[in-house]
Amino acid sequence: MSALDNLRETFRRDQVFDFMRQGTRVVAPGQLDSGAGKNILYLEDITVSFDGFKALNDLTMYIKTGELRCIIGPNGAGKSTMMDVITGKTRPDSGTCFFGQTLDLTRLSETEIATAGIGRKFQKPTVFPEHTAFENLELAMNDAKGTWHSLFTRMSGEQKSWIEETLAQVGLLDDRHKVAGLLSHGQKQWLEIGMVLMQKPQLLLVDEPIAGMTRQEVERTGELLQSLAGKHSVVVVEHDMEFIRSIASTVTVLHQGSVLAEGTMDQVQNDPKVIEVYLGE
Amino acid sequence: MRDTTFKGALSDRTARTFMGVLFGATLLVTLLNQIFPPDSALHVSAYTVTLLGKYLCYALLALALDLVWGYCGILSLGHGAFFALGGYAMGMYLMRQIGDRGVYGNPELPDFMVFLNWQELPWYWHGFDQFWFAALMILLVPGLLAFVFGWLAFRSRVTGVYLSIITQALTYALMLAFFRNELGFGGNNGLTDFKDLLGFSLQSDATRVGLLIATAVALASAFVLCRWITGSKLGRVVLAVRDAESRARFVGYRTEHYKLWVFTVSAILAGLAGALYVPQVGIINPGEFSPLNSIELVVWVAVGGRATLYGAVIGAILVNYGKTVFTGVMPEAWLFALGGLFVAVTVFLPQGIVGLVSQHWERLRKRFVKTGDTDDTPAAQGEHS
Repeated sequence: MSALDNLRETFRRDQVFDFMRQGTRVVAPGQLDSGAGKNILYLEDITVSFDGFKALNDLTMYIKTGELRCIIGPNGAGKSTMMDVITGKTRPDSGTCFFGQTLDLTRLSETEIATAGIGRKFQKPTVFPEHTAFENLELAMNDAKGTWHSLFTRMSGEQKSWIEETLAQVGLLDDRHKVAGLLSHGQKQWLEIGMVLMQKPQLLLVDEPIAGMTRQEVERTGELLQSLAGKHSVVVVEHDMEFIRSIASTVTVLHQGSVLAEGTMDQVQNDPKVIEVYLGE
Repeated sequence: MRDTTFKGALSDRTARTFMGVLFGATLLVTLLNQIFPPDSALHVSAYTVTLLGKYLCYALLALALDLVWGYCGILSLGHGAFFALGGYAMGMYLMRQIGDRGVYGNPELPDFMVFLNWQELPWYWHGFDQFWFAALMILLVPGLLAFVFGWLAFRSRVTGVYLSIITQALTYALMLAFFRNELGFGGNNGLTDFKDLLGFSLQSDATRVGLLIATAVALASAFVLCRWITGSKLGRVVLAVRDAESRARFVGYRTEHYKLWVFTVSAILAGLAGALYVPQVGIINPGEFSPLNSIELVVWVAVGGRATLYGAVIGAILVNYGKTVFTGVMPEAWLFALGGLFVAVTVFLPQGIVGLVSQHWERLRKRFVKTGDTDDTPAAQGEHS
């Protein structure tokens, strides 16, 4: 590598330098160095291929701190693969993925990434069916997870009110003593968002949150996601255009593994490229 | 919300009711045995006292299985092995207590060793002449075996039917090993001919009553312990592992540690049950390791009702009472009856007897409440039209 390339490498990535990488040291939630509140997630030139098929192709994207970002794209555009790369489930063939200024996500394990402050809500809601909503959140709480600790621990008043706050936030305070298996589909989705919130994430990845919901539930989910933005950074992957229009400030359109367009919903919808591949159908 | 401290578990209603019934029955049997003379109609024979003591040992064993199966979803088909190991540890102590009163009168060696021409006590028999050492081993040996076995199995993520099969293989292998004379545990005759325990003659009525009371206290303590465990956050995590293990792992719990913990505690309780069982029946032999015993144990818990603790106790006592009666009338048909019972419970009573009772209770209560307000009942509507 020539000196010029080295120089370029140094200045290419805004503020992240090789010597500042902390490798595998995990930052406790809340201690993340997110710069001067600019971006929280940096995805640069990410390529992932499965048997020659490029699921992600030079994907470059930044998520701002506290923003609510929606990601759309036709099937196979690479939305889920992108989530997998961020959460450490899939390793990129090339490219860099930084959380805050110093955490290289491509070097951390899934659990380390989760403890560092990235929470993911999966498409299919999986809650603990025999536990109440309250207990579900208690189990997901960001606390020591050892056996002896669990045997002797008693919930502090602080933890209890935190759980109740979260229950109120996801709209399940009245159903807190209901067994999760008896909750409606939408309520299960909210409960799971609550469970992710109990891990105090700074970045929330939400996979198709409104699939199978009624109209009222969709509305409430939209409000919930909007209320989470600001305090957390939220990335939503969704198909439903109406829903995205109602909540998103910024929309990113993925196509064939890279970003096709980015901007407000109106900008994106009027983009000829987008109309051609996605909206024009 | 339930008080989740140990003191809380001691004072919760279920534990209190359980202890009330248990100690009440024990006290009644004790008094009837001790106060009334043998020719009185109200006298309870020593046989009945020991029989009840035996049932309570089985109940303790069933409680141990319920903890791993009902709450953690680990179907162990080898819990009889831990029971038998606890029993053998107690048997070794009782053998050493015989001293020179054996058939051969050897003060140092148990009869079967003299018979096999052994010259000295094997190293692993040392220490068993002390009760405290035997008591320690009763808890330690089953616990350690469960810990090592569970560590290997859960770490490799062996679950479901595969785990059941290897636990079954474990108890079968131990049975074959204990059948061998060279192992030094009396071969297929096992350990028997016990004389006394802590200086009390095992033949006397008072000792039998004492053993019954000790068993009742052990069962009650184990019940409170299990209530405490299942009521703690650990209990909730264990339940989460049973229902959605991968989700629990994703939330951040090392599920294999939780399974190992519960499995080990359960094995220790099973060992304790075995140790209380042996002085009451007067013998321990490799037959206790037989896979059939472990399967029968699963039937007791299934019949009583899983994941309630008291269901396992009720199931163990009822099925064993049935066995006592049935084997008296038609001994050869008992296994068929047991098999039939298991099928019937699985098909018709997935929640066991406890589930059936609570369901009916709920239905009765609802009907009672419904007849209270007249307009909603179908009968009342019929009258209007």
